[in-house]
Amino acid sequence: MPFSSLSEIKTRLDNGETTAVEVAQLYLDRIAAHNEQLNAFVHLDAEHVLGQAQASDAHRAKEGARALEGLPIAVKDIFCTQDGPTQCCSNILKDFHAPYDAHVITKLKEAGAVLVGKTNMDEFAMGSSTETSAFGVCRNPWDMDRIPGGSSGGSASAVAAALTPAALGTDTGGSIRQPASLTGITGMKPTYGRVSRRGIIAFASSLDQAGPMTRTVKDAAMITAAIEGHDALDSTTVADAPQLDWLKACEQRDMKGMKIGVPKEYFVEGMDAEVRASVEEALKQCEALGAELVDISLPHTHLAVAAYYVIAPSEASANLSRYDSVRFGHRCDNPEDLLDMYTRSRDEGFGSEVKRRILTGTFALSSGYYDAYYLKAQQVRTLIQQDFTQAFEKVDVIATPTSPITAFKIGEKTDDPLTMYLSDIDTIAVNLAGLPGLSQPCGFAQNLPVGLQWIAPAWREDVLLGAASAYEAATDWHKHVPAAFGGEV
Amino acid sequence: MDIDVQKVAMLARIRLTDEEATELSPQLSSILAYVDQLAAVDTEGVTPTAHPHDASMPLRANVVTNGNRRDALQAVAPKLESGLYVVPKVIE
Repeated sequence: MPFSSLSEIKTRLDNGETTAVEVAQLYLDRIAAHNEQLNAFVHLDAEHVLGQAQASDAHRAKEGARALEGLPIAVKDIFCTQDGPTQCCSNILKDFHAPYDAHVITKLKEAGAVLVGKTNMDEFAMGSSTETSAFGVCRNPWDMDRIPGGSSGGSASAVAAALTPAALGTDTGGSIRQPASLTGITGMKPTYGRVSRRGIIAFASSLDQAGPMTRTVKDAAMITAAIEGHDALDSTTVADAPQLDWLKACEQRDMKGMKIGVPKEYFVEGMDAEVRASVEEALKQCEALGAELVDISLPHTHLAVAAYYVIAPSEASANLSRYDSVRFGHRCDNPEDLLDMYTRSRDEGFGSEVKRRILTGTFALSSGYYDAYYLKAQQVRTLIQQDFTQAFEKVDVIATPTSPITAFKIGEKTDDPLTMYLSDIDTIAVNLAGLPGLSQPCGFAQNLPVGLQWIAPAWREDVLLGAASAYEAATDWHKHVPAAFGGEV
Repeated sequence: MDIDVQKVAMLARIRLTDEEATELSPQLSSILAYVDQLAAVDTEGVTPTAHPHDASMPLRANVVTNGNRRDALQAVAPKLESGLYVVPKVIE
């Protein structure tokens, strides 16, 4: 049971073989047994979880089951929830209790899901390893000396070790897909504008998007179906977005005739040889399943990280100006005057990576530099988008590695921020272009999971889900579980 | 590029100790040196991205949707008095 998919648990619940309370208790026991090692959860209220499960069983008995009835789902500490603290793994929000639920939290509750606590993350989602969390580093279940990726590392670690069957993450430059890849699970970033950002603590507003982290492709579709849709209170959700039949997209499991673009810029030097071998093997398998591989070029790919590290910090510096210690958040003791209160509260509250990004963004937006940095980066962003638009005239979907390397050791990249930034090299362009992307397990390198990334045109998550579920049906990489957390599969 | 870190930190309203400034200065310089590769790209006539999908900004009816929630929203404030936010004295 612990390593069952969400849809398998749903079947057992629907057949009356188990109850939401039993399921919740099973995962609570696993969290109690393993979280101290992993530090995947930063907040958990077991009684509250069981209360939700009891209410779900009662709802099922009285009014029937909703789409996610009784299914446990953990959420990243970036989602505002009225129950329990929402701290974004930052000291500036220590003990903050949100006065409202994020839109996607409301949607999960309405679908009958049981919310199991808050997962660890890089502070304000700024990081690729979950090492910048104010609440301690999170570990990778495949090797406890290694990072689980980031910034949604807690969600990834929790799903990979089966402390929960599924979780929500957010993805600004790869923060769902990269940790999914590094922990051997499936993660999807929907099209920008598909899912409401209201109540998700803002990092870079033109890039942030929430999405599922799961054991299977179908599970990712189930959760996305529940959380997507226009929100009148988030004007960046697109009201006339094409509607999809999310579950049906996973049923075909056939990629015959599908044209898969393979961009040469994603197979470059610096990439781990075993990762490359795994991804190339996966592509061969797709060909054997009837897909056609097409060599393509996305010529501006090498500029994506540079554009991102202007755009994301600039937006972050504006978004994080709200932490002024007036209306909410940490305030320093005995401020001398207003300026002292602002500067000292922010110094005490923000960790070093967050400060680094705020300062980078403040500099890029400061008088005299706007045209050279922010405006220029937004123009390069247009060129990166055009690369994808042109590629999708020739192919249905694009396949790449999700990360050029496997999970690295804790502390290995913390000394040089730029080295850390470059670990997102395969995921960032997707955010800049606002496209949907999905990572799924496709093998192992150095006994650590490797991820295959699918990229589709805007609003065509059905293409992602179709390709990924066909690959999943033909392989068993998604069934591998870390030995130290094993048990019946 | 040499950056006056303390000046940028003041713009961002973050106090930095001298040690922090000394550590951050070369890090910011190396980040900016990396992003400087953008300068070499020919972007003549390229429209900067405003929204990833070129969507228009929708309007909604200007109506109250969630009522008066002042108490709940102020419950998280560091310092309150009679429903007002308290800050250090601004004007002598």
